Amino acid sequence: MIGRLFKFHGGIKPAAHKDESAKAPIRRAPLPARLIVPLRQSTRATATCIVEIGQKVLKGQCIGEPEGFLGTAVHAPTSGTVVDIAPHTMAHASALQTRCVVIEPDGEERWIEHAPFDYHGASRDESLAWLRACGIVGMGGATFPSHVKLGKGAGIETLILNGGECEPWITCDDRLMRERAADILAGAVILRELIGAREMVVGIEDNKPEAIAAMQDAAAASGHGVRIVPIPSLYPAGGEKQLIRVLTGIEIPYGKLGGDYGVQCFNVGTAHAVYRAIAHGEPLLSRIVTLTGNVEDAGNWEVLIGTPIEELLQLARPKPDTDRSIMGGPMMGFALPRLDVPIVKGSNCIISASPTLFPPPPPEQPCIRCTECAKACPAELQPFELYWFGRSKNFGKAQEYNLFDCIECGCCAYVCPSHIPLVDYFRFSKSEIWARERDKSAADQARERFEFRNFRQEREKAEKAAKLAAKAAETRAKLAEGGEAPAPKTAAEPGEDPKKALIAAALARAQAQKAEVKPQNTDNLSADKLAEIADIEARRLAAAVTAPAADATPGADTPAATVAVDAESRN
Amino acid sequence: MITALLVMAGIAIVLGAALGYAAIRFRVEGDPLVEKIDAILPQTQCGQCGFPGCKPYAQAIANGEADINQCPPGGDEGVRKLADLLGREFKPLSEEHGIEKPKAVAVIDEQTCIGCTLCIQACPVDAIVGAAKQMHTVVEPLCTGCELCVAPCPVDCIAMVPIAETVQTWKWKYPVVEIRKAA
Amino acid sequence: MIHSPYVRKQVSVQRTMGLVLLALLPAIALYAWKIGTGILVSLALATLTALAAEALVLALRKRPVGIALGDLSAVVTAWLVALSLPAIAPWWLTVAAVLVAIVAVKHIYGGLGQNPFNPAMVAYCTMIVAFPALMSQWPAAGALDFDTQLGLILGSARELDAITGATALDALRTGLRADGASVQSVLQGPAFGMAGGREWEWVGLGYLAGGALLLATRIITWHMPAAFLGTLVVVSGLFWLIAPGQFASPLFHLASGGTLLAAFFIITDPVSGATTPRGKLVFAAGIALIVWLIRSFGAYPDGIAFAVLLMNMCVPLLDMKTQPRVFGHRNEAGESVRTGERRP
Repeated sequence: MIGRLFKFHGGIKPAAHKDESAKAPIRRAPLPARLIVPLRQSTRATATCIVEIGQKVLKGQCIGEPEGFLGTAVHAPTSGTVVDIAPHTMAHASALQTRCVVIEPDGEERWIEHAPFDYHGASRDESLAWLRACGIVGMGGATFPSHVKLGKGAGIETLILNGGECEPWITCDDRLMRERAADILAGAVILRELIGAREMVVGIEDNKPEAIAAMQDAAAASGHGVRIVPIPSLYPAGGEKQLIRVLTGIEIPYGKLGGDYGVQCFNVGTAHAVYRAIAHGEPLLSRIVTLTGNVEDAGNWEVLIGTPIEELLQLARPKPDTDRSIMGGPMMGFALPRLDVPIVKGSNCIISASPTLFPPPPPEQPCIRCTECAKACPAELQPFELYWFGRSKNFGKAQEYNLFDCIECGCCAYVCPSHIPLVDYFRFSKSEIWARERDKSAADQARERFEFRNFRQEREKAEKAAKLAAKAAETRAKLAEGGEAPAPKTAAEPGEDPKKALIAAALARAQAQKAEVKPQNTDNLSADKLAEIADIEARRLAAAVTAPAADATPGADTPAATVAVDAESRN
Repeated sequence: MITALLVMAGIAIVLGAALGYAAIRFRVEGDPLVEKIDAILPQTQCGQCGFPGCKPYAQAIANGEADINQCPPGGDEGVRKLADLLGREFKPLSEEHGIEKPKAVAVIDEQTCIGCTLCIQACPVDAIVGAAKQMHTVVEPLCTGCELCVAPCPVDCIAMVPIAETVQTWKWKYPVVEIRKAA
Repeated sequence: MIHSPYVRKQVSVQRTMGLVLLALLPAIALYAWKIGTGILVSLALATLTALAAEALVLALRKRPVGIALGDLSAVVTAWLVALSLPAIAPWWLTVAAVLVAIVAVKHIYGGLGQNPFNPAMVAYCTMIVAFPALMSQWPAAGALDFDTQLGLILGSARELDAITGATALDALRTGLRADGASVQSVLQGPAFGMAGGREWEWVGLGYLAGGALLLATRIITWHMPAAFLGTLVVVSGLFWLIAPGQFASPLFHLASGGTLLAAFFIITDPVSGATTPRGKLVFAAGIALIVWLIRSFGAYPDGIAFAVLLMNMCVPLLDMKTQPRVFGHRNEAGESVRTGERRP
């Protein structure tokens, strides 16, 4: 496969607009007045907050512990004080809120102690755990946790670095490759060792000759046998599946990952972050963001995670007719619902938009089935069919026509002569289908539990009846023996008032009980506090434990450990 | 004449046997219509339709004893699906059975709860845990929002809280077709 | 709220339709020059009728009139109807045909993009069933001056037999049937030129040029014209080789009747045609086969309209059965996808 490139179906060539922001070198953005760090930094996982309001934090200090398989850690991007932990609007089209840690920088940029990580001396699992603790996620926009992607240790032959950056306007990866090629390659070498890949290829669109040259020089200098491959500039060549197809000929279907086919793909920005995490022990605190569009001073900036976008935008000096800001590229990005949302790990570009730069689409006309969309679709779908199905809410049929293979790249809507917002229909159909599937699984669960409850009630009734029958038989037997029949109890007629009084008494009792019990607020404590509590509890337990038990366990370690585990699981 | 009769009789016997075999071979277990109706119903088990659960209501619809517009949690969309399945006209939800509300879950105010277990007995899907004189709590993912636990509570400590939208449950809206009016 | 993509290619339905009209111009010019200028009157009549009918129906349907009229789709339909009908057809025939196409075929099904049948071809079929005599009287090439043609169109002159003739296809059919002559001898007649109808070959060349423009601007793909012309050549060639006395040559089929108009402008109608690449091939090949059958064995002057409608009926099935393989999915044989895939 050396040297041979493959083609994917369709694709478009929109005006690139890369020059505006690609000329100037990366600049460091000044510290903002406040940093709003969302605890949700990777797909489908929110970190557990481990700081308190008022707490001083150091640069690089962990403020959010990873939770769950897909979780990654979140860190303080600079030193300062935590001033608030509250819900804040997310950088997401939904404009929903998520829990954020608001930090007021002290301007000193004092680092927490950190040291390079010796991944040669560590096991694979330890290395992956390190990356997870450093908060490394995919920087191409999807923010998929890298340790999960690296998780499949065996069977990966080819490691692909994605320097495609096919969306118009965005140049952050371009500048990163030009300026920090050696670091990227060092990170890539680490990734290759962790994943056990035989070969490594960097795919870069051929509209970035400087980046290609810089990467080729660095590759020659490093001597690690990295191939730098220029690929034709054709949107969406930088999409993961399309890039894998172009470089290896392999097509990854929907629902499969590259790992299933022996290839794995990382963004160049991710490789750079991995290098910083391993070689310098620095967690992911900043990223390169392109500020471009309707601005006076377009360029790339190194921005701390959590920097509010309205503050950041001032660096590029937006022109007065700017009417909205788009996060991501113009093909797949979204208009920011508000400007006070922060930069997150996946924010590669902020485009200031004006009506002249991105005019509103002409009115929608009927579909004439010209199949331009099908010709442009890189997933080889029939978008106009999916559109008919989505429009008529015929979701079953849409799924039959492989709606979920759609990568929402926007090629179909770009070429549509009827100006139909095709992707909107696909996004709508997809979220409706997901909602229905959620409802259906909830309904199935409810049905099952309802049926089981009915079954249980029947069983209990039967058991009760059997018990009563047995008891009756017993009494009858006793009666037969000659005992006197016990006088039937006259049930005290419970009037309304005594019942109410009873409830009131119970309520008072329950509240009194609750007042006695001191609340155990162990939910929001730091790890060492928890350990302290566990220690005390262990001592208390050890003291209470009877002598034989203490004899049986050599040392007091075991109960203490159990308590510690208890404390953790309660958390 | 006799040959013709014999041929006809022979054909009748063969076809009869084939039909009889098919009836045994392709026999349908249970009543698929009830299952199909039940699959459309939201399984809230709230009893607002006047039947003790979704399955009995499905049975009643299948038998023609109940109308298709008696399920408020299913909403108008549910009625529409039932109408499609049964080949009937759509009709709006009947108001006497309740109105469609946003999805909610029951939440027990744990400070007020006296541990009477009445709600546990009322819950159709066993989504409330607790024991006598112990505080109770609702297992949120299992709660269907049927509200059956609200009425029995002697201290009114159960509230229905609408489910908040998250990024996972957030939905893209139906694209608004902008038709520019001519003149 | 507008969502991504925020950039769009500078294309529109209007541009597509405009290019189709542009592509028709060479043929129309040659038609007017070689056959008769009456076609210009027919075209104007059809265009006005189409626009008026479209506006009226849109107003009745309470739809915005301006945008839909501006998309030029009604004009395309009108021109195709006018080019399919005899250039000296009386004015009411043209008007009626256009009304059928716009009102009965396009709007009753829901307007642009919704009609399952090709409007121009339904109009043609309706007229040929209703007025078979008028529909088979074509102007003999260059025989009539403009005033005569105008008179014929406006209905003031109806002395037809002397000045009009049948089409080449009609003449061939009549010759073969009635006189029992061979193809070669019939083709010596005055109605025939080098390849097809006399002087009509020029119009055919005009359509060919227009087709090239549509292919170059990617308004149409190669699939339909190639499959249509290819199938027609193969089928007619086969029978011509077997019995040259009874069957016309492939060249004759290509050059006569509406073959070239159909190949690039009629069967390529996106709304009523097949949409998948394989579906387009089958669709066009099917039309070619039916055209040849009707021309060789049927009673109508040309079979294209019926062939197109018959294949229109098959489009949903064709589309369903020829869905292309989706990226990453395995092919029908269940084998690996394309080249280069490694076993997982």
